[in-house]
Amino acid sequence: MTHVAGIDYAVMGLYSAFVLGIGVLLRRSVRTSEDFFLSGRAIPAWVTGLAFLSANLGAQEVIGMGASGAKYGIATSHFYWIGAIPAMVFIGLFMMPFYYGSRARSVPEYLKLRFDEKTRALNAVSFATMTVFSSGISLYAMGKLLHLLLGWSFDASILVAAGVVLAYIFLGGLTSAIYNEVLQFFLIVFGFAPLVFLGLRAVGGWPGLSARLATVAAANGYAPGAYTRSWAFMGHAAHNPVGVEWFGLVMGLGFVLSFGYWCTDFLVVQRAMAANSMTAARRTPLIAALPKMLFPFLVIFPGMIALVVTPPATSRAPSAQVAPAPGAAVTVTATATAAAAAPAGVVPPKLDPRTGAPLRDARGRVVLDYDLATPMLLLNFFPAGLLGLGLTALLASFMSGMAGNVTAFNTVWTYDLYQSYVRPGAPDAHYLAMGRIATVAGIAISIAAAYVAASFNNIMDFLQLVFAFVNAPLFATFALGMFWKRATGHGAFAGLVAGTLAAAVHHGLSLPAGASVGVKGGYLGVLATFPSELAQTFWTAIVAWVTCFLVTILVSLATRPRPEAELGGLVYGLTEKPRDAVAHWYERPVALAAVVLGLTVLLNVVFF
Amino acid sequence: MKLDVRMPIGLFFVLVGALLTVYGAVTLHEPGASPTGVPIDLVWGAVLLAFGIVMVTLARRARRLGV
Repeated sequence: MTHVAGIDYAVMGLYSAFVLGIGVLLRRSVRTSEDFFLSGRAIPAWVTGLAFLSANLGAQEVIGMGASGAKYGIATSHFYWIGAIPAMVFIGLFMMPFYYGSRARSVPEYLKLRFDEKTRALNAVSFATMTVFSSGISLYAMGKLLHLLLGWSFDASILVAAGVVLAYIFLGGLTSAIYNEVLQFFLIVFGFAPLVFLGLRAVGGWPGLSARLATVAAANGYAPGAYTRSWAFMGHAAHNPVGVEWFGLVMGLGFVLSFGYWCTDFLVVQRAMAANSMTAARRTPLIAALPKMLFPFLVIFPGMIALVVTPPATSRAPSAQVAPAPGAAVTVTATATAAAAAPAGVVPPKLDPRTGAPLRDARGRVVLDYDLATPMLLLNFFPAGLLGLGLTALLASFMSGMAGNVTAFNTVWTYDLYQSYVRPGAPDAHYLAMGRIATVAGIAISIAAAYVAASFNNIMDFLQLVFAFVNAPLFATFALGMFWKRATGHGAFAGLVAGTLAAAVHHGLSLPAGASVGVKGGYLGVLATFPSELAQTFWTAIVAWVTCFLVTILVSLATRPRPEAELGGLVYGLTEKPRDAVAHWYERPVALAAVVLGLTVLLNVVFF
Repeated sequence: MKLDVRMPIGLFFVLVGALLTVYGAVTLHEPGASPTGVPIDLVWGAVLLAFGIVMVTLARRARRLGV
């Protein structure tokens, strides 16, 4: 275990005091349910923009992208430059006018306005369930990580973190969550930037990192640049560590999954809905896209560095958890030359929970615990003081992800489920009180879900799988709803159900190479084998999207459409184009979008 | 706006920056204080302090101008 010094605790204590203080200061400004759930639609664009980004900056982002960096190298940046930025530009330019302009209070409510009650109910129930379970899974990951690295009590870690999040949302509602997300954004940037600086310095900068990763690539049977070039080896799934070819990547990740998440997930859209004007709402995802495109340097680089860096001689990290050289660890079967030349890293092997021995894959290679890549780099390179800042940044990422889920949950529960089906027509104060009760309940369910995850890991894998099936077809429903006035409620509902079923069937009939039948797929029989789990995920999403798209069109054509007069403000072509109330040309969403896309193309070219 | 978010953020980074700067200066020559050879507490503490001061200044200026 790593010793955490008094100064480190002081930094964490200060952070907790400030996030709670923000909640206390904002309590007085929460008078109506709109204040609590939508921040009174009074937040400036730069604040909602950073919150839009930060609500997504949960454990998956910071720990998961570091893990993917160690596993796949710079190709992980596809999750940003293809898998996020284009969708963020699209929602800002084309979809926000309908979300914000319709005055819907949530994404499910937009579905009710555009389609019908049953489509809203389906989306609201699945979304509310997903948010609390996602929050619980994140809480579990945090408790496990802090226990493993620092020896902190699992129970105390999750209860204290959940308690802090509960307190500041309970007091200040969405505004409090958004303000804290902005603080968390800066904390994550300032907490991880020195890690990248020190890590890169230790491996000899980008040239040194490339040379070391070339050795790892050779040891794993790839071309030397496979870990440091994002597109060059995407021609064939067998030529890159991701195990995906360019078409599956662009369509599955870049189109279906990315647009399905960034353009329809209320967790992020809620931040834009809190903006103080239509222009501010449209600029929200575009402002978020600017730092988002630079995040690979902050969260992926640590994972890549951790795989090959030599730990400093005076490191305070626990030596027992430091892995043997990845050259030896990753490929026992590699040539002696490659293994001997491979540099040392700090990613520990995954241990068998029963025997304590390192786990090996089907080919006898030691399996690394990639989730520990970033945390281990942090423990190795940060002295007391800065370690407190780094740990606080980690905590902030967990808390911002959790707060994002909980604020989205309390709004969807109160407006879309409770007000619609349990108690309609009550005074506003009643819904405000219900929002606070839902916050407590959402956190309580998250904690319960964390303990379920701790006891039955497979149940959580299964739930995440179901969530993936539900999410995959969503963008087809929204795209048709917003851009095709003929789409009907029956069409949307049937499309969503058919898309989800198609995802389940495709997953059940396919299996990633080397995996066994079960939660990884193949439970209906194995008709197709994919080179990697990601390839299977991307193609499952593509099948779900196409099915939803076609079924929605066919059923819509067979059912009666709503009169055009009822669709004003909800559908393209029947809605007046928004006018930008800005003082300078560069504040226009279109100009901002052009800058964002230009820079994204440039980054893809630089790392091609 | 009810509360300028730059004020609490600025104050937080001023305090953390000052804490790290002082701690980094005091422990400069202690073994283990700079595992990488860079006095990073001192350097990064100063960066955080400067960022915090900029945020507080922007918030105060906005308040004075009434924006």
